[in-house]
Amino acid sequence: MLNPINNLNKIFDSRIRLGIMSALMVNDDVNFNDLKGLLQITDGNLASHLKSLEENQVIKVEKGFIGRKTNTSYSITKTGQKAFKLHLDALEKMIKSTK
Amino acid sequence: MTEHNQSLETLQDIKRMMEQSSRFISLSGLSGVAAGICALIGAWIAYPYVSGFRHHIYQPAMVADRDFYNALLSSPLFKIAVVTLIAALATAFVFSYIRSRREAIPIWGSSAKRLMLSVSIPMIIGGIFLLKLLQLGNLGLVAPGCLIFYGLALLNGSKYTLSEIKYLALMELVLGVISLWFLGDGIYFWAIGFGVLHIIYGIVMWIKYEYNPENSSTKLNLEQDYRNRI
Repeated sequence: MLNPINNLNKIFDSRIRLGIMSALMVNDDVNFNDLKGLLQITDGNLASHLKSLEENQVIKVEKGFIGRKTNTSYSITKTGQKAFKLHLDALEKMIKSTK
Repeated sequence: MTEHNQSLETLQDIKRMMEQSSRFISLSGLSGVAAGICALIGAWIAYPYVSGFRHHIYQPAMVADRDFYNALLSSPLFKIAVVTLIAALATAFVFSYIRSRREAIPIWGSSAKRLMLSVSIPMIIGGIFLLKLLQLGNLGLVAPGCLIFYGLALLNGSKYTLSEIKYLALMELVLGVISLWFLGDGIYFWAIGFGVLHIIYGIVMWIKYEYNPENSSTKLNLEQDYRNRI
């Protein structure tokens, strides 16, 4: 039998990135400030995690304006959805196998 | 075993984040109680004006829009209704605002906007429809209409806030439908639906989510724990 750990995705290794992915799975798009409020972390910290998720092409970024303020919103990509589902399945398998 | 616990915890985190990001969870039970009390006071003040219509569920239609709006704006019942609505919304907002401050959850996020939008569309359409019913003289249908449209609005909003609100929505709907067969007694059904049901719902929700001090502190601890770990 395959070791389920192999299916755990390294990209989602941090709790913040998991949090971001979870929020994006159930919302069409979420803006930077809402993510910040949900995760309660600093701008810089959040930005670096978002950057790495973006580089792995699991999320996409959309920059826009509301009035004169910039409004950056994030949404999940098809690849990201697939990867996150596989990750969840792997977690589930791990729970079942170690029970 | 620790691996098992870790995976479980991760899954719980994921679930919590999915809920928190998509639902407006600051709605306080006390908001329901406050809105219910406003409704009961409103119904009590309105009662003497309404009792005249008891056996009088139709009146001649006012075809001209201008006549109708003049009559409406000068009617004490309409003023009472508007004041009651504003008072209920304002007090409900205050208690939810307090709760959101206490739990450090921003009150005006995108989930709040979605909740507002999904509740206000059926409410506004319902309001327009009921005004037209009034204009055509169907006084008896106003109270059932209020209950039914409000029930539909809550049902529509229930996917964006604490999901228990759908039970409140269903009860408003059932009450609204029953009241269709008691057209002269609308004020009683209105008072039960907007007063009593809100108060009961509010108390139940308050006990479930806010009353138990241990419960809320464990929730805060979890939050703290989560932040520490990052």
